[in-house]
Formats: sequence, C-alpha cells, structure tokens
Amino acid sequence: MESFLQTLIAGVLLGGLYALIGIGMTLIMGVMKIINLAHGDLMMVGMYIAFWMFTLFGIDPYLSVFIAAPILFFLGVLMQKFLINPVLKVDSILPENQVILTVGIGMVLANLATILFTSNYRSTPVSYSTSAWYLSDYWHSAPIELSLSVTGTVSFIFAVVITLALWFFLAKTDTGKSIRATAQDIDAALLMGVNVKRMRVVTFGLGSALVGAAGCLFIPSYYLYPSLGGQFTLIAFVITILGGLGSTIGAIFGGLILGIFESMTATYVGMGWAPVGRFLIFVAALVFLPGGIASLLKKKGVRR
Amino acid sequence: MKKYLPLIVLILLAVMPLAGLAGLLSSYILHMIILVIMWSVVGMAWNLLAGYCGQVSFGHAAFFGVGAYTAGILHSHLNLSPWWGIPASIVVVGLFSLLLGLIVLRLRGPFFALATLAMGEVMRISSENLDWLTGGNLGITLQRTWVDKTNYYYIILAIAVAAFLVVKYLMRSKIGYYFVAIREDQDAAESLGINTTLYKTIALCISGALTGVAGAFYTNYMGYIEPSVVFALHDISIVAIMTVMVGGVATFFGPFVGAIIMVLLAEVVRSIPYLGAAHLTFFGILLILIIIFLPNGIVGDFQKIKRIFGAGGAGK
Repeated sequence: MESFLQTLIAGVLLGGLYALIGIGMTLIMGVMKIINLAHGDLMMVGMYIAFWMFTLFGIDPYLSVFIAAPILFFLGVLMQKFLINPVLKVDSILPENQVILTVGIGMVLANLATILFTSNYRSTPVSYSTSAWYLSDYWHSAPIELSLSVTGTVSFIFAVVITLALWFFLAKTDTGKSIRATAQDIDAALLMGVNVKRMRVVTFGLGSALVGAAGCLFIPSYYLYPSLGGQFTLIAFVITILGGLGSTIGAIFGGLILGIFESMTATYVGMGWAPVGRFLIFVAALVFLPGGIASLLKKKGVRR
Repeated sequence: MKKYLPLIVLILLAVMPLAGLAGLLSSYILHMIILVIMWSVVGMAWNLLAGYCGQVSFGHAAFFGVGAYTAGILHSHLNLSPWWGIPASIVVVGLFSLLLGLIVLRLRGPFFALATLAMGEVMRISSENLDWLTGGNLGITLQRTWVDKTNYYYIILAIAVAAFLVVKYLMRSKIGYYFVAIREDQDAAESLGINTTLYKTIALCISGALTGVAGAFYTNYMGYIEPSVVFALHDISIVAIMTVMVGGVATFFGPFVGAIIMVLLAEVVRSIPYLGAAHLTFFGILLILIIIFLPNGIVGDFQKIKRIFGAGGAGK
C-alpha cells in the first residue's frame, strides 16, 4: 500500500511535466496540422541552456525557465518561418514531407549537440537534488510513510503555473483567441481577419517555448545527453493521442495518466520496461478510445 | 536504349567482381557496393509502402531488426546456419508486419508515421531487455561463412533483383494501381470499392518482409548484431526514408540512386577527421535541402534539375 501510494505520487509529479511537453506538441498539431518530430530535441536544447547557465553562471535551473523559454520561442519562430513554412507550399507526392522535415531538424539539433557538448551524461548538481519532504515530519503519528522529492514537487508546481498561464493566454487574450480560431477552422479564421500565417509562427514558437521550459524543469532530477530528444518526442506524441488531437485539457489528463502508468510499470514490472508500457497505453488508446480523452469530455458537454 | 538500361546495369553489376580478380577492385570498395545494394533493397521496400501506397513509415528498423534477429536467433538457439534466416525472415517478418498492421494501419498519415516510429523503439527496448532470447545489449556474434566478399555480393545482388522484380510486378498489376489510389485519396479509393485495409496490409507485409530479408543478410554479412545497431532509429529507419527521399519517391530507380548517395555521404563524412561523429548533421541538412528544393527526389524531379542546370533541357 505504502509503495503503491508512493508510486502514485511520483507518477503524478512526473505526469505534470509530461503534460507540459504534451501541451506544446498538441498546440502545434492543432494549429499547423503537423506533428513536430523535433519536439524532444527542442527540449534537449532547453535542457542544455539550463545546464550551461548553471555550470557557467550558477543560475538555478528553475530560473533558467525564464531564459530558455524565450530563446526556444525564437528558435521555434525561425524554424517555422524559414524551414517549415516554405515546405507547406511545395507540391510533392508525399504529404508527410513536413513531418520528415522536422525529423531532419531534430537530427541536426541532436547531432550538433553531440559534436559541441560531447555525448557525456550531464546533470546539474543542485544542492536540493536529493532532498525530500517526509510525511512523518509534519504528521508524527502518520500510519504510512510517504515522501515528496523537492525537485519533483517544485517542477510540478512550475508546470501547473505555466499551464495556468497558458490557459489564461489562450482563453483571455486576443492572440490566444486567434490561435484557437486558427486551430478550429483555418478558412473561417481567415475570413474573420485572423492573420493565420502569424498565428502559425506564434504557435510554433509557443510550443517550442513550452517544451524548453519543461526541459529546465526536468534537468534538476534527470540526466541530460544529446540523444534524449527521441524518447520525449514519443512521450509527447503518446500524450497527444491519449488526450485527443489538439486538445489542451486532453493533453493534461494524458500527461498525468502516462506519468502514473509509467511509474507503476517502473515499480512493478521493471525499470527498462517503462517505454513498452508507453506503447501499450498508446495502443490501448487507439483501440478503445480513438478520439482520446477529449472525446469523452465532449460527450459530457465540457468545452475545451 | 532506355528499355534495356536495367539489363545493362545488371550485367555490369554481375561481371563487376571480375574486376576484383584483376586487382582493380579493393575489398573496401566491394564492401561499399554491398552496402549500397543492401540499402537499395531497404529503400525499395520503404518505397513500396510509402512512395506507392502512401503510408510513410518511420519504423523500418523494426522489420530490419526482426529480420536480423531471426537469423541471429536461429544460429544462437537452434544452431542452424544463419543463412536459413533469409527464408525464415520472410515468414517471421511477414507475420510480424501482419500483427503490427492490425494496430498501426488504423492510423493515417503522420499518425501512422509516429506509430511505426514508436514500434521501432519498442522493438529495440524489448530486444535489449529480453536477455534469454536476444542476448540483450551484448548482441549475437556469429562466424561469417566466407572471408571473401564476392559471394556476399552475389547473394545481395540476387536479393535486390528479386526485390526489384517483386516491386515492379506488383506495380504493374492491379494491386499497384490500388496502392496509388490509396495514396492519392484513401476515402475515394474506399468509395470505389477498394478494400483499403486489405491492400495497405499487403503493402506493409511485403515491404516488411523485404526489409527483413535485408536484415537477415546484414546478420550474415556483418557477423554481429546488437539492439542499438539493427533497431537504430537514425541509422536504419531514417536512412531508409532518406534513400528514397533523396533518390526519388515512387520511382523504380530512386532507391538505387539514393542508396549510392547515402552510403557515399556517410563514408566521406566518416573519413574526414574531427567530423566523423557529424554524419547525422549532414544527413539532416541534406534531408532538409532535398525536401525544400527537390521534394520528389533526384529521379522524381530530374526534369527540374535539368532545367536548373540548363543542360539537355531542350530534350524534354
């Protein structure tokens, strides 16, 4: 029971971060209708920014969120403007050219990181990286002993705050509303005077910034190496499918479910099998819930 | 002239090792040619599924790896000659693709692409963890049958010719037209009475089996396989895509052209000091350039290249 609850807590904390990665991808997918396969590699870039800020200037990784997110935003904008946008217009046999293009971008990013920073495993040895809060410290007669790791909890809180800020941006601001309009119906948005082209650029930047921020939140408790992007791209994709394409709320639930499922697999089946568990969830979602969690929410009448 | 071109190329390829006897062909060059032909087999397989049938797969490493491990496991567990792996891999990978198709063919377009990518990764992780079957990260080592490369050359050449004929025959038949119809518009194809699921499954199984045979050959040729090599995302799945993208999507000769360019590029970059690790950067940049400027590949956009360089442009 105790280990079950502990695993559950770890899963929720992990899931919050996963949700942040997933939201970035689902935003891009909703507006651009393409899958950004360089997503995980952008996160790797964010992590390296946090790593070097910490190593060179001693800046705490959590503060690097405010450095990495703007840098990643501009990187995303540049990618969209000069690489992806031209391809959207090109006529070719395969419609998946943009997806293959993002693979190319991801490959270049990962390989450049290997050359510039070597493929060594890096981490930011922050002073609080192994500390945790214990339940028994606050409640002496607690029947069970549970702990919250400091890094996991702080990252989770950051992720929640960023998600809320994003929700506010999408729901309340003009730009946010335009982005949502573009995602729903490009032609109608155009007719309503939305600058669809700019919205695409902004969305790509926003998605990149989110995943860059997620990278900074991951680095206090994770190792960093150049090829880590691929697995996070997959995570983001599974979350997107699980949550329903283009649905932000779906991505949040998807992230939490995946996080819990993964930490359960790691505890009860074996560390190495967590990625296979991911695939199982993915297949289960496709077979039993093809529209994702968003379709369930829609049935209940909740608007996203 | 154009009609006999494949035959001439084939005869040239068949007599080429004789040049090796005369000392004109080093074993290194023969090795590269074998790699080129092996990659064109994988490219043709990918082209069948993606170029003709429109189902872009990012996980051909799964088929390649399962084929390679079929040969390896036959040797390490049953003490059979790993050459049995080539016929065995057709069956094993064919069945594997069939099962996989039940899951991934529910998806379309980019979602299919990512599902296959995920499955490639899952196969890699499974083979790393199933120690009793695959030997885990240590991989499988076996004794190569011949030291000389000429025999390997003829075997892979035979496989390539067979694969070429399979693809060509398929694309000449009704099934080929169904494939193209599915690529162009799946809903329209469905409404015209084409059983899209069936034909997509056929494309996936044949494509998978061809890739699996190339994988089984790889085991025999290299004599050593491990999960991170045969299930590699970038070095197998993406290179399979690139041979076709660079060479020419939905063309018969695109995969050959692409394989030549990819193998040469990889070798050239690896031989430059300090840049050896950077071959993926060059692959990536090449991929980006090709997609932006020649979206249908060198063979597919040959007219465009002619126009740009002005040479022979009047001929068209």
